[in-house]
Order: sequence, then C-alpha cells, then structure tokens
Amino acid sequence: MRLTCPLCGSRDRREFYYYGADTYLNRPAPDAPMAAWDDYLHLRDNPAGVTRDLWYHEQGCAQWLKVTRNTVTHEISAVELVAGPAAGGKGASE
Amino acid sequence: MPELIAKSAIDAGPVTKGGASLALMEPGPISSIALYAHGAEAGAKGLETLGLSFPAPGQSQENGAARILWTGRDQAFLIGAEAPAMEGAAITDQSDGWAAFSLSGAGVEDVLSRLVAVDVRLSAFAPGQVVRTGLNHMPMILRRASAEAFEIYTFRSMARSAWHELEEVMGQLAARGTLKS
Ligand SMILES: [Zn+2]
Repeated sequence: MRLTCPLCGSRDRREFYYYGADTYLNRPAPDAPMAAWDDYLHLRDNPAGVTRDLWYHEQGCAQWLKVTRNTVTHEISAVELVAGPAAGGKGASE
Repeated sequence: MPELIAKSAIDAGPVTKGGASLALMEPGPISSIALYAHGAEAGAKGLETLGLSFPAPGQSQENGAARILWTGRDQAFLIGAEAPAMEGAAITDQSDGWAAFSLSGAGVEDVLSRLVAVDVRLSAFAPGQVVRTGLNHMPMILRRASAEAFEIYTFRSMARSAWHELEEVMGQLAARGTLKS
C-alpha cells in the first residue's frame, strides 16, 4: 500500500502512522451532551466501502492527512492535508 | 565565555567501497525556518538578503555556501549561512542537532536503494530535490547535490548508526561487484 502525501508524493505505508476515523476532527463543544462525547470518543462505523481516516506522515513531513479509501476495493481516492494548504508552498510563494 | 572545541558527530574518516564514497560533511550553521501563518511575505524578504527564497515542497536552493532545503509544511532548513534577521518566521538554531554525510560516486543510487523507500533514480529524483524520509528506520533529510552525489542529514545522536548502515551496504555491494567480474 502507498499513500500520495500532498507534500511529499507517493510514499510507502511504513512511513505513516494510522490513527483512526476522521471523526476525531469533529470535536464536540466542551458543553455538548454526554451522548455527543460518547459518540466522539467511542462509537465508530465499520463500513464496507468508502471510509475516511487520519494518517500521520511520521517518517516524512510530519503532517496529519485525511485519507479517503475504499475498504472493499482498497482504492485510495483522496489524500488531503488536515492543516490546509501551506503558506510557503507551491502556489503561494511562486 | 569559554572557548568550546567543536567536535564532529562521529570520528570517522572518508571511506570508499565499490562505487560509492562516504564522508562527513561540515555543513556550517543549520537553522530551522518555520513560517508563521501569513508569514510567507515577510519571510521571503528576510531570505532575499541571502539571495534565496522559500523553497517549494521537495525542493532546495543554493547561493554560494548558503543552501535552503524544504523540510516540511511551511518549514525549511537554512544551511551554511547564519539566519538573517527576519519577520514572519520562527528561527531555531539546529546546528548541533544534525550530522551530515556526503555520499558520492557512480554507485550512490544502489547504496541508497537498499536503505531508502523512495525512488532515488535520477529520473525521479533530480539534483536540487529534497526528501524527508527514513534511512532504514532513522529520520533523514536527503538532498541530491548532483547526478552522483547526495547529502544526508540525520539526527546527530544517530550518526554512528547511520554511518554503520551506509558503510555495511557499501561493503555488501562491493562484495557483490567482485562476484560479477
Ligand atoms: Zn508528507
């Protein structure tokens, strides 16, 4: 398996750390009901098909990545930076 | 202030095995330049004084002894020159944190291919390009200086392991070479 990091290009899976569903990006408000926190911390879908999860490019650019992939076909359809486009990167400074 | 004696990361002389030579480099000062949000413009002004600009991902620039290597999102390492006074970025002196090796010769790609999981062939990795990846399991910044020369930057605390790994592979490839002929 390879992931195409938006900054580093195509890299071997061993360079990445898998974190889990991208649910972690949607943190409830501090005063949200307990059910929302329970959902956020513990409840995950287990889809046969398209799923989105977080990977960390540990042995590369050290960025968190949002990966859209298919658990049935193993196709990876998108890899995006969680942090958004870089200010000094391509398109910004050129 | 006391006069401190600078020591190299490891006590290792240049070594040539097969088609590759490994040597310690003395790259000079190393500064991390991490752009603040919206700091690109101010950062560019500071780098201009060295005749450099902030490199695009995976790229580097050179002006005399000064080099700037892309090392991450909105981060670059300025090497071989003191960091200029500049706005728009956090500047951290990293000089003592890194060991630098040069790996050169016709066999460089063969050596790196055994330790690095990115495509190091000239067709995929041009002179001036930079990758941040692993040297086996050690973090590394790898820059191609020319067709037959790479610069390897790794944590100073791992310098001995990195040197060992590289020299081992050079020896293995040299041994393999003698079998062929
Ligand atoms: Zn990356």
